[in-house]
Amino acid sequence: MTLDQLEPTHRGRVTALTAPAGLLQRLMQLGLLEGTEVECIRRAPAGDPIEFRLLGYALSLRRDEARFVQVEAVS
Amino acid sequence: MSVATAELGVDEERLPLIVTVGNPNTGKSTLFNLLTGLRQKVGNYPGVTVERHVGETTLGGRRVQLVDLPGTYSLSAHSPDEMVAVDVLLGRIGDLGRPDAIVVVVDASNLRRNLYIASQVLELGIPVVVALNMVDLAESRGIRIAAARLAEHLSCPVVPLVASRGKGIDALKSTLADTLKTNPVPFVSFSTTIRHAAAALARELAPAGEPLDPYEVERALIDEGGYAETRLQQRFGAAAKAALGGVRAELATGGSLAALDARARYAWINHAVDGVETRGAARTTTSDRIDRAVGHPVLGTLLFLLLMAAVFQSVFAWAAPLMDLIDGAAAATSDWIKATLPAGAIASLLADGVVAGVGSVVVFLPQILILFAFIIFLEDSGYMARAAFLMDRLMRWCGLSGQSFIPMLSSFACAVPGIMGTRVIADPRDRLATILAAPFMTCSARLPVYALLISAFVPARSYLGGLVNLQGLVLLGLYLLGIAGGVLTAFLLKRSLLRGPTPPFLMELPPYRLPNLKSVLYRMWERARMFLVRAGTIIFTVAIVVWALAYFPHWDATTQRFAAERAQAAQTLSGEELDAASADIDHREAATHLEESLLGHIGRAVAPVFRPLGWDWKISAAVLASFPAREVVIAVLGTIYAVGADVDAESPGLVARIRASEWPDGTKVFSLAVALGLMVFYAFCLQCAATVATISRETNSWRWPAFAWLYMSLLGYLTAFVVYRLAS
Ligand SMILES: Nc1nc2c(ncn2[C@@H]2O[C@H](COP(=O)(O)OP(=O)(O)OP(=O)(O)O)[C@@H](O)[C@H]2O)c(=O)[nH]1
Ligand SMILES: [Mg+2]
Repeated sequence: MTLDQLEPTHRGRVTALTAPAGLLQRLMQLGLLEGTEVECIRRAPAGDPIEFRLLGYALSLRRDEARFVQVEAVS
Repeated sequence: MSVATAELGVDEERLPLIVTVGNPNTGKSTLFNLLTGLRQKVGNYPGVTVERHVGETTLGGRRVQLVDLPGTYSLSAHSPDEMVAVDVLLGRIGDLGRPDAIVVVVDASNLRRNLYIASQVLELGIPVVVALNMVDLAESRGIRIAAARLAEHLSCPVVPLVASRGKGIDALKSTLADTLKTNPVPFVSFSTTIRHAAAALARELAPAGEPLDPYEVERALIDEGGYAETRLQQRFGAAAKAALGGVRAELATGGSLAALDARARYAWINHAVDGVETRGAARTTTSDRIDRAVGHPVLGTLLFLLLMAAVFQSVFAWAAPLMDLIDGAAAATSDWIKATLPAGAIASLLADGVVAGVGSVVVFLPQILILFAFIIFLEDSGYMARAAFLMDRLMRWCGLSGQSFIPMLSSFACAVPGIMGTRVIADPRDRLATILAAPFMTCSARLPVYALLISAFVPARSYLGGLVNLQGLVLLGLYLLGIAGGVLTAFLLKRSLLRGPTPPFLMELPPYRLPNLKSVLYRMWERARMFLVRAGTIIFTVAIVVWALAYFPHWDATTQRFAAERAQAAQTLSGEELDAASADIDHREAATHLEESLLGHIGRAVAPVFRPLGWDWKISAAVLASFPAREVVIAVLGTIYAVGADVDAESPGLVARIRASEWPDGTKVFSLAVALGLMVFYAFCLQCAATVATISRETNSWRWPAFAWLYMSLLGYLTAFVVYRLAS
């Protein structure tokens, strides 16, 4: 499953990143790397971008960026 | 030998330098202001438009210099703008020199992500002090951090702080004083392999004698596609890029060096934090509760629209009494000067040039303050990022991102900081499109023009029991018109001249905070000062020049002719008849002088160009004079109508004078159609020398500002023509 498919209030753990170089580095520096737990908070009214919570802060990503983050569901 | 003496010379003169770095919104500037007070120099870094804040303070009896860097999540730069932090830390900014100590400001409520940049700074070989700020916020969320244990892990002092309340500042000061004395260099290093490879590559790339900091090469190696790489390539050619690629492939064996680096740092961070941070059970904070309402698709959108409408209504309603006060004071001063000084050029210069000109601009200070109070409040409270979140989809429709929203929104105050703010936009095409769209946003200089014309020509009708008034609606309409102009411009540019792939949009949504009153007031004062300095220089100069153009040559023959007429009237008439005749003579004398003036000649020469818009030569002259700075039009109109004095003394306001202005055939110049056309002209036309200069600097060309100026001026003229025709 990829991060953009995570439903609001659901949580996932990052398993892999498939983003191209520049985006990959930005995502990882913000803490989106293997093992990080991410919760989907809400989607914007238009369904995009999406707000996530990780490491105790809130980050907004577009669908097209969240697609590059593989997650497994966490209960 | 000469190098050694030069270095000694520098060391003797230069104060020790302390730099504050850290993530955005962690309280760096709050801390900086606390340490330096209000005695700071604000300028720009050479070549880029990142604001440079430099101040001084005393630490342990020693003067030191402080520099406040803009917030950043890491030292990996993707634009010239982000590179400034690296350059300051490496001592590459000429007059600052290499820092003697670095204060990393860290948000205690968000320790892990904040320690990322700390991990990078700790490697620089410069003494570091970690300011563990926002301890109050962390505690309110049940987060406790053992500062002493964290210090052990980081191998540098850690000082807990609540910068907004000044708590812990003394401990920080004494720690910094100690640090400057003992100079303890942290011993953190993540990859000696990368470090050695970078040093070797630096020697290989740079010809003997040409300085190249190995750390710059290290950044270029790790930040694939980043700005450090671009800069090396510019300096040493395509060979540099190939060499970097070769070393990267060797070091990362198939993977990404950037990813390896980031993983190593977070592993170190997790290790450090696991031992020192304790978190209570996660609780729902007030911020979360607010977010649930604000983030609600329907409620949130309604709230956004309501907020924006409230801003515009209050800018009009609340400012009015203060503006009346300033207006009255200016008129009284003017009258007092005329009564005290003998009639002539000096009295006219002071009363009609200086006081009337500057007064009619300063009168809009209340509106600017109210607008900025809102903007700063929205920014500091954390709502601005939510607005960008809400607007991203919409902005993307015109080819931009939510990132463009904030520069665009700042442009409502002034396009100059807005355009400068576009440096945060990583994608050059998005940035250029935003720069060209920004001057369409209704800036505070347009506001006075709108305010004057609306109060003069739009009836003050209210609806819904006084909740909504027609004047406010027209103002809102003009703001929407500006937005439409900008959005369409960006849309068209992104589909034509600036077509390209979509850049990423990663944005932190900071927790809601009650803004600190002191910092809101301080920033409002900064804006007010900027406006007043502008009013005091450009506008003042233009006001004087325009007064001179309107006053001279002031033919003696004309004065004498009317004096003779007056004398004759005094002989033949008496009582009320005499008063009426004198008033009529005064009126015609002033009008004649004005028509004979230089401004009269220039205005009449260009008037045919503007005739299709319904403008007479006075409007044309005022509009021409306001091309350097649009708000000047008020001052010019004020001067023209004060000099012309073509109304009776009972109605001193500029509004009344403008309303009474007539064509030679006795019909009124200003109709609703002319006023609407004029407002639309001001909505689109690029009448601001500062904006043109800023676009030129930011795009590093004359082509883009020339394009923007021509495009906007033509658009202004054509739309004003269409509106005037449709409305009359
Ligand atoms: N609760 C709390 N708020 C703080 C503290 N320190 C600063 N703030 C507030 O945090 C907000 C941001 O502070 P700034 O000093 O502007 O942050 P900055 O790091 O300079 O931000 P950028 O320049 O945008 O990177 C302001 O509203 C401050 O009043 C603190 O210790 N506790
Ligand atoms: Mg700051």
